[in-house]
Amino acid sequence: MAKIRKKGKKETPGISTASLPDIIFMLLFFFMVTTVMREVELIVTVSPPDASEVQKLEDKSLVSYIYIGEPIKRLQKSMGKEPRIQLNDAFAEVNQLKDFVFQSSLKIPEYDRKKQIISMKIDQLTKMGIVSDVKQELREANALKINYSTKKGFIASK
Amino acid sequence: MAYNRKVPEINAGSMADIAFLLLIFFLVTTTMDVDSGISRKLPPPVDINVKPPPIKERNVLIVLINSADQLLVKGNIGDISTLKRDVKEFLTPTFSGNTESPDVDGHPEVKQVEIEGIGKFWVSKGIVSMQNDRGTSYKMYIHVQNELAAAVSELRQEMSKRYFGMDFFVLLKKDPEKAKSIQDAIPMAISEAEPVSLGDK
Repeated sequence: MAKIRKKGKKETPGISTASLPDIIFMLLFFFMVTTVMREVELIVTVSPPDASEVQKLEDKSLVSYIYIGEPIKRLQKSMGKEPRIQLNDAFAEVNQLKDFVFQSSLKIPEYDRKKQIISMKIDQLTKMGIVSDVKQELREANALKINYSTKKGFIASK
Repeated sequence: MAYNRKVPEINAGSMADIAFLLLIFFLVTTTMDVDSGISRKLPPPVDINVKPPPIKERNVLIVLINSADQLLVKGNIGDISTLKRDVKEFLTPTFSGNTESPDVDGHPEVKQVEIEGIGKFWVSKGIVSMQNDRGTSYKMYIHVQNELAAAVSELRQEMSKRYFGMDFFVLLKKDPEKAKSIQDAIPMAISEAEPVSLGDK
């Protein structure tokens, strides 16, 4: 009877890396599809407050953004430290809001225009004065659906 | 002669590197955050000629925030930690039978409403009125808004468990009509007064 013997040394076969590109490509496509490029460059610093009773904004095409906060460090020399309003890519005054609401409503298909939502991204250290002015202006512009942008989190009581 | 010439194969070993490079670029630029926040509906612009309907004093819970972020709840100095409890107590509907009006002193009035899926229900006429100063910080404002919303949402939660035996958020997904009837029974009765300026900045 012939004995089957194992050879002295057994070499582990190297793992084929041929499928590595495929895996990477898969990940690549995933991120390519999900990625959203930032549309505006922020020129105010916004750190939104925490809240627990939050709702998600589902249809992003209906949403336009208003940013309020201190100007970024680089611009503080010329703009000062007072909280300012940012619309699109520039600083704005309260009286420009009506025009902004109208312009952004034009981007929404006509049948959806009534559903327009204004999302306000406001820094938590801002005083309510400027926020109230913005709200009054939005009321007059008939943009009544608003959303106070917040971070979802547990509120630590002070 | 020409037949025998072989096309040299292109080395695909660096393909992974190129893909990696692109992958890292998209990894860095991608932002996953979903926008979320507290949704509110602003009241339509007021007509000066139209007088607001009279509201009885007992039906209103006034919450004031001053420029130093201090609270005044129904005439007393309040605290953010007890605000939710106060509002809940104020807005709690009565689950009693539908024959006698469960009018309680010190509580807002009630009115009987026929609600689909629930039947006759005593809906509270209570309104939480919130007023802030121009010097109030946005953080405090949102905190109070959040507490008020939390009070209403907890009441809805309790009612959903009592009537339909499930979580309100589950109900909202499974049976929007029933959820709607709960929203009718416990309305989000928060009103904001025009802001005042007492101590600016």
